[in-house]
Amino acid sequence: MLVPLSWLKDFVTIDRPVAEVDRILTNAGLEVKTIEYIGIPGADLVWDRGLIVLGHILKVEQHPNADKLVLATVDYGADAPEVVVTGAPNLFEFVGQGDISSRGLYSPLALEGAELYDGHKDGRQKMKLKGRPLRGIHNRCMVCSEKELGISDEHEGIILITKDEWSPDYVAGTPLQDVLGDAVLEIDIIPNIARCASMLGVAREYAALTNQPLRLPDYHVVMDGPPVEGKVLITTDEPELNPRFVGMVINNVRQIDSPYWMQYRLRLAGQRPINVVVDISNYVMLEMGQPNHTFDYDFLRQRADQYAPDGPIHIHTRLPQPGETLTTLDEKVHKLPPHAILVTDPLSNLSLGGIMGGLDSEIKPETQNVLLEAAAWNFINIRRTSTTLGIHSDAAFRFSRGVHPSQALLGAQRAAELMRRLAGGTVAQGIVDYYPNPPQPTAVTLKYEYARRLSGLDLSGEAMAGLLRRLEFEVKVHGDHLIATVPDHRLDIEGPHDLVEEICRVYGYDNIPNTILSDPLPPQRGNPKLEQEERIKDVLAQAGLQELITFRLTSPLYEAKLLPGSEGDARPYVSLTNPNSAERAVMRHSLLASVLEIAAHNSRYQDRIAIFEIGPIFIEDEEEILPTEQTRLSLALTGQRGVPGWQGGNAGQYDFFDLKGILETLFGEVHLPISYEAAQHPTYRPGRTARLLLNGQQIGVMGELHPLVAERLDLRLERDQPVLAADIDLDALIPHIPPYYPYTPISPYPPIEEDLAVVVDGGVTAVTVEQTIRQAGGNLLKDVRLFDVYEGEQIGKGKRSLAYHLTFQATDKTLNDKAVAKQRQRIIAALAQRLNAKIRE
Amino acid sequence: MLDELETLYTESLAKLDQVDNTAVLETWYHDTLGRKGAVYLLTRQVGQMDPAIRPAFGKRLNEVKSDLQAAYDGRLATLKAAELEATIAGSALDVTLPGRPLPTGGLHIITQTLRDTYRIFGDMGFQVYRSPDVDTDANNFELLNFPPHHPAREMQDSFYTTKPDVILRTHTSAGQIRAMQEYYPEPVRVILPGMCYRNEQITTRSSIQFTQVEGLAVGHNISMADLKGTLTEFARRMFGANRQTRFRASYFPFTEPSAEMDITCFLCESKGCQVCKYTGWLEILGSGMVHPNVLRNGGYDPDVYTGFAFGMGPERIAMLKYGIDDIRQFWGNDLRFLQQF
Repeated sequence: MLVPLSWLKDFVTIDRPVAEVDRILTNAGLEVKTIEYIGIPGADLVWDRGLIVLGHILKVEQHPNADKLVLATVDYGADAPEVVVTGAPNLFEFVGQGDISSRGLYSPLALEGAELYDGHKDGRQKMKLKGRPLRGIHNRCMVCSEKELGISDEHEGIILITKDEWSPDYVAGTPLQDVLGDAVLEIDIIPNIARCASMLGVAREYAALTNQPLRLPDYHVVMDGPPVEGKVLITTDEPELNPRFVGMVINNVRQIDSPYWMQYRLRLAGQRPINVVVDISNYVMLEMGQPNHTFDYDFLRQRADQYAPDGPIHIHTRLPQPGETLTTLDEKVHKLPPHAILVTDPLSNLSLGGIMGGLDSEIKPETQNVLLEAAAWNFINIRRTSTTLGIHSDAAFRFSRGVHPSQALLGAQRAAELMRRLAGGTVAQGIVDYYPNPPQPTAVTLKYEYARRLSGLDLSGEAMAGLLRRLEFEVKVHGDHLIATVPDHRLDIEGPHDLVEEICRVYGYDNIPNTILSDPLPPQRGNPKLEQEERIKDVLAQAGLQELITFRLTSPLYEAKLLPGSEGDARPYVSLTNPNSAERAVMRHSLLASVLEIAAHNSRYQDRIAIFEIGPIFIEDEEEILPTEQTRLSLALTGQRGVPGWQGGNAGQYDFFDLKGILETLFGEVHLPISYEAAQHPTYRPGRTARLLLNGQQIGVMGELHPLVAERLDLRLERDQPVLAADIDLDALIPHIPPYYPYTPISPYPPIEEDLAVVVDGGVTAVTVEQTIRQAGGNLLKDVRLFDVYEGEQIGKGKRSLAYHLTFQATDKTLNDKAVAKQRQRIIAALAQRLNAKIRE
Repeated sequence: MLDELETLYTESLAKLDQVDNTAVLETWYHDTLGRKGAVYLLTRQVGQMDPAIRPAFGKRLNEVKSDLQAAYDGRLATLKAAELEATIAGSALDVTLPGRPLPTGGLHIITQTLRDTYRIFGDMGFQVYRSPDVDTDANNFELLNFPPHHPAREMQDSFYTTKPDVILRTHTSAGQIRAMQEYYPEPVRVILPGMCYRNEQITTRSSIQFTQVEGLAVGHNISMADLKGTLTEFARRMFGANRQTRFRASYFPFTEPSAEMDITCFLCESKGCQVCKYTGWLEILGSGMVHPNVLRNGGYDPDVYTGFAFGMGPERIAMLKYGIDDIRQFWGNDLRFLQQF
């Protein structure tokens, strides 16, 4: 909401600098987002106090040498008035009228040397005013347009301010800064300060915060027209949705332009001036927060002649009939949701209550008689309706945040009186006020002990009451509690906690001390699962992998790319009813798919990709309300194993065993005995896929990505460049990570090291050979390390040679060759017997 | 004989003077002081010498031997030093050449940011509590005091699932209810990190998914002053010991009183910059005293218990700290981005 500081000053004294006003309001929850300065220090163009002043126009004459120029005689407080040459079209009507000083016409006058914006150039370009002859008459000064002063882009005519009973007491020569200079605050109206969605609301808050009195607008209305009684009847079906409806009739309004001061304020507040009747309606809404609506009275009367020739106009609010539509004044036709509340007469609907007027019943340029509506509406219902219909009017903005019903009558009176005085209308006697159930004032009890405990402030009951009274609460102070009656412009106070907030706000959040929690600590449980996840992240990052955090929303189509030859994952998805895009429409089943999506993206820029993520996947559970969320670990490797430097040394491309090495490192770090077994999985390349087993239970799959999958995911790869991937179930793994594990003592006795090359059939796996060696080797065999794998003619077709480096060591003595030879023979015998292996000498 | 000895002495010293490398020096040693060197050969003749001159000769022989040894040692040291100097002089590197690059990994910037918050709040007794991404409307809204169609719901455009009343959480506050219900009647001191989702246009400033860290403390005597103290402590440890905080009244349905916390801008030291929009302040988190309805929904009697809650966005913190101007980078996971942190 845009709030001109000058408008606030109608209601409260503001003598602090703008920055201080900003701080006071912002700290109290009326956040000032931006400040626009007009003409005063802070503005891009500051109006020089001596050179840009208010001028009083005394006389307008035709320029002797030019049809399109006039000479305006302007009093600007100097000894003699100045004659100004101008082409302003809005001065032409005064030519030949002689002395017009009694008309009270004022305009900003810039004297020679003043800095202004150039009215004839696009945008805002500054220029310095220089005296020069215009068609033979020397001209030193200029009467200014809004554009020249930086108020708006308006450059058709000059600013002409007509003094009226509402204007301040203008004096020629007053610095223009003091007349039109302003600071416009853009205030963010959060839901619980809806009461501040008006100038009065902000002023009231400022008055409370600075402990000053508030000056209320004058709600008195002179009603001297014919009585309204018998002319308008107001009823409702829905007193809950429409608790109050105030109607007033104003006759013989003249739809002229509203006075400059009103137009100026409306524009600063972001409203476009239209004509005096519409402007007053908007002005009252901005001023005191009560939206109101003007109907064409004669239009309604003609309709009444059809349904009740001798009876009153019957305004009735109700819910729509099935299929009912309404055309709003912006000429849009709306299908009405069942909860939309309508203002109707017996013939049809007239407007959308609290949101927007209907096209037909709206006042028109020729309208003379007005039925003014100021009503109260249920804010939740207005919100639903405006959201459903997508209508975000200024009225809906306020009504959907809550306007207290007490304001309706005041708003009607204020608007009617302004129409009387500015539009020349006559206000009918009497007010039709449909208000069946005026709410009782809310009284809230606040215990001091509670207030102190919640706020941390050690305030007396009297002090608390004082702070609340500044906000217009009526407060009665008792022994250990106070009772505060909520002022009738507020809907947001429900309980004692709300009062504590008000006390803290007025006291100043900044004045509350900062203390450290002294309440007892809860049991410290830690978060063991998170701690393990973070530990795994550390191990993988140290192993050279980069952690990712990816989108958890995906599409089944994308994930199906990982499963060639099938329709995709058959398990049900958590699906969105209102996705932002088809690509992000379900919660993922596969973390690996997310990781590979990132691999594909990076494959355009990177020679080396080594990435992982730990995160959840979501499997819809038809039995339970919520899906199953499983924590997965996915890894992907592809491209250059090393980072090329200037010394060369191409380390080759990542392959299956790089990934396996990383996994072995990880599982070694967390002390989990994982075994690997050849497996098949549609995502992975047949023959290069392994499943990971922990105590016989599968906890994951790793392998080379199936070339078809790599292609479908659009990974940019070199020829034959493998992509390695793994997907691991951390929920199955983490609970088995041992908190402790036994330490292996370091033997002081020297080891004996031997090599052993074993030739086996190709079908015998490495893990089987190693297990056999370890079992046969007994306690003395400390370590078995494979250092060569060979296949070739020399050892026979279909055979494979595996060469191991064996380390024998005892913890209690130095081993001799004889003891080692005995173990070696046992190993050889076991290999021969169980695996039909031969030793390669 | 003595003459022979003196000649050997002077000639050997003269030869030693000519030696200019350690290899020749070893030859000199071999020939002069070695096992079959000239001095040894003279020594062997001492036995056949006239006993009258033997002592004097012997004495002189020993002098010559030790002088030559000393001369040798000195020469060796000089030559070795010269040779080492020559080796070093010829082996200079261009130390400005780049080092051998290591294939390095790293943690996502958000993980790093989260760990900072875990550590700081962990020191104050807050433990990490995680709750599901997909949660009920009740946990995400209703029990947090957002009635249906409440204006506050409009502040957060939710993603709805095909299951009625099941949504993607719009904030980690959904976990507040779970934590309270799980821990009642113990006091609660948790932080709740996690991924949240809102149906927004994806732009440089907003994303459909974002992380959040919330905090919740519930106990018998927890006040707004404690909230201010705790969060100011956090701000100083997260953003620097000189940071000052400012608390502004605000609105969240699940807290009352509510406050936004700003910190003095650490980029310009509050002199005014583009990031703080020339205000000198950076908005860091939202907070407040837990609303009585929320306490009640968590099982805690609001007449007996009070509490505070707060929430912040790790992406915003990282964006401020590192000058990141596009929130989409976080989940885009371009390695050229991630590896900078």
